[in-house]
Amino acid sequence: MKIDYKIEPPVVEGRLSLSQIEELVAKPLETRPDKKFFIAIGISGTALLIGIICVAITLHYGIGMWGNNQPVGWGFGIVNFVFWVGIGHAGTLISAILFLLRQKWRTGIARFAEAMTIFAVICAGLFPILHTGRPWLGGYLFPYPNQHGLWINFTSPLIWDVFAVSTYFTVSLVFWYIGLIPDFASLRERTASKVKKIIYSIFSLGWRHSNRNWLHYEKAYLLLAGFATPLVLSVHTIVSFDFAVSIMPGWHTTIFPPYFVAGAIFSGFAMVVTVLIFVRKIFNLEHIITLNHFDKMNKVIMATGMMVGYAYAMEFFIAWYSGNPFEQFVIINRAFGPYAWAYWIMVTCNVVFPQLFWIKKFRRSIPVMLAIAILVNVGMWFERFVITVTSLHRDYLPSSWGYFTPTLYDIGILVGSFGLFFTLVILFTKTLPVVSISEVKAVAGGAQPSHHGGNH
Amino acid sequence: MNRTDKIFGIAALFDTPDAIINAAEKVTAAGYKKIDVNTPYPVHGMNKAMKLKPSKLGFITLFFGLSGAAFAMLFMFWAMSLEYPMIIGGKPFFSLPAFIPITFEVTVLLATLSTVIGMLTFFFNYPNNNHPLNGTAYIKAVAVDKFGICIEASDNKFDKDVIEQLLHHLGANEIETIYYPKDEVYPIFQPKYLMFLAATAIATSLVTYFVLNKLMFMDPFNWMMVQDKLIPQEKSEVFEDGFGMRKPVEGTVARGFIPYPFMGEPTPADVLSNPFLPTRENIELGKKKYLIYCSPCHGNYAEGDSRLRGQFPNPPTLHSVRSREMSDGMLYHIITNGQNIMPSYASQVTREERWAIVNYIRVLQRAKFARESDLQEIKKESAANVE
Repeated sequence: MKIDYKIEPPVVEGRLSLSQIEELVAKPLETRPDKKFFIAIGISGTALLIGIICVAITLHYGIGMWGNNQPVGWGFGIVNFVFWVGIGHAGTLISAILFLLRQKWRTGIARFAEAMTIFAVICAGLFPILHTGRPWLGGYLFPYPNQHGLWINFTSPLIWDVFAVSTYFTVSLVFWYIGLIPDFASLRERTASKVKKIIYSIFSLGWRHSNRNWLHYEKAYLLLAGFATPLVLSVHTIVSFDFAVSIMPGWHTTIFPPYFVAGAIFSGFAMVVTVLIFVRKIFNLEHIITLNHFDKMNKVIMATGMMVGYAYAMEFFIAWYSGNPFEQFVIINRAFGPYAWAYWIMVTCNVVFPQLFWIKKFRRSIPVMLAIAILVNVGMWFERFVITVTSLHRDYLPSSWGYFTPTLYDIGILVGSFGLFFTLVILFTKTLPVVSISEVKAVAGGAQPSHHGGNH
Repeated sequence: MNRTDKIFGIAALFDTPDAIINAAEKVTAAGYKKIDVNTPYPVHGMNKAMKLKPSKLGFITLFFGLSGAAFAMLFMFWAMSLEYPMIIGGKPFFSLPAFIPITFEVTVLLATLSTVIGMLTFFFNYPNNNHPLNGTAYIKAVAVDKFGICIEASDNKFDKDVIEQLLHHLGANEIETIYYPKDEVYPIFQPKYLMFLAATAIATSLVTYFVLNKLMFMDPFNWMMVQDKLIPQEKSEVFEDGFGMRKPVEGTVARGFIPYPFMGEPTPADVLSNPFLPTRENIELGKKKYLIYCSPCHGNYAEGDSRLRGQFPNPPTLHSVRSREMSDGMLYHIITNGQNIMPSYASQVTREERWAIVNYIRVLQRAKFARESDLQEIKKESAANVE
């Protein structure tokens, strides 16, 4: 079969006109929430409530309610932190890196992915803050002039983390808001409600779609994308430094930064696919978020999944090649020790199942990709579990070896973080346009001048 | 009426991107400077059609990005090397590799925020919801799917009729004259506003007072002043007898306190024999302990010359034949068990020290009843010392 790859499939299907696109995207914001919405928010809200109760108990009695203790001092708190930060990475990748690579198909999913980034980073930020035991003293993490004349330790990876994650959150939020300004202006002109009009007017800042503004706006978007790209790579690199800068065997490896970044994109795309499948169906966005989008995202999942698989193999190779008996012990203990079950769940979910995406039929089948995406999320959570727990539970001192078991509160807070994430996602779908109206209009059929030559 | 009669400009709507590009080119070519094009999304080629110069926004980014990098690096240098130098993890005071991550993050943060804030305020003059164009049918149309061009009245060549003709000629659908809105006035000294200010001030004060003086002393914000642990002599809720301090399990032997099996017996078993050789260190130890525990009654040289001046009966001398012929085990037994009115010293003096005291007593006895051979030895030694 001869395929002309120079002709791209249309990004927006169904020959939608500009006003139809806007109608479609703005519809959830203009209709009353239906039964499905309340059922969804009821489920996610229950999960969130479980988390809130567990957090309250943790704050009252202390971190002793969690399962982490010697020798596993980093339990669910760090596992979940790394997991959620990773989920966030897909959003920035879609909105920034694919923007720099001129991937037009990103417009349909960028807004949603960016929102997921912000919500995921909120979930992630909760865990280290709770792990400190007294979250209301979190301000001590930032350098501020104090009467002790003391500064934070700028050479500590944990402080790098504070800077990386807070910068990442701020930049993602700003990037998201910049993208929303033209949409706020469109909604401001659409709405009939007086209250909504005031709110949209405040957030649109008086945007009037002026080309003199678009000129700077596009430049700013490019600059922000240019900064967000190295930023997103730096964030998970620094998260991996939490482990790699230590001298624990199984953590002290130079492959960690690229391995973590690949894993983050892997899990993030899986989460984006999982959530978008539902959003697309519920809000009838099949023409804007098409099967071509999923096809491309599944290719990314497969590619990053193989990178992660390569990293697993490389850990074994380096353990053998380095000749370091401690490293060798940890790696063999990981795969065949008491946590072998977790290790093999991780390998199966992250390396084996994504291989199904070699087949085009599976890449374009909603049930198959949903199953694989959920499995990838499970696998990636277990990856962080394996890295954190298996390296710690058998350290240098055999007399202090132990077996980490999470408590009910650990699991409750994990459930609560999912509740928080999905509650925010569900509220987002009803309050803000889940697809960037102005960006999708710009890539719709016939939206650009016909005589316009060149390629940009 | 919500507007003044002063004209801001004339706006026209077009249906297709091709038409608006054409219109923008023609209007610009006609020499109009104060024009703007409003489109629902950026139309490719429009900047060229309007002859707009490339955005200078990047200079703000560059300036603040470099400032962020320099500030972060210098600040960390100052804080870690000058203000409070401390060696952490064996890193030097100025540890460049360890400073890179934070330098990078601060650079990105400052560059991004300055770009966005600079663009919105400095380049766009936002927020500006009171712009004459806002709220017009023209803006409503360009927000959805129309493409508009607006020629402002402040342009030197502005002539309403000529412009309307030109726009008609270019194929505009609708032409709208835009007027300036009325200036909005915000009277400050309204009772409503003053009440709002007062309510805000009171609420802020109350919340601040509550947070700083009450909330911070409530659970769990109480700075660990209340802790679920028992301090000595405190009543315990956990144990039935209510004692917080627990007795050791029956039969527990404390370190260094192995029980003495011959307690209370008049004569020690023959198995007791001195495990220590009378080395110099051992005898020094015995002397030290003898002078502390034994000498008050037995005297510094074991002659029974008590320093207690009759407050406690004088013990007999240890230089008697009976004492000298006692076995080491018997002496040890007497110290451990006590004899007549002498109490047991087992709780004050450890086993090793008791044996050392026995050795020292032997030294004292030997000094009192020295043999001829001992004198020979002493003479030899002192002669060696003189030389």
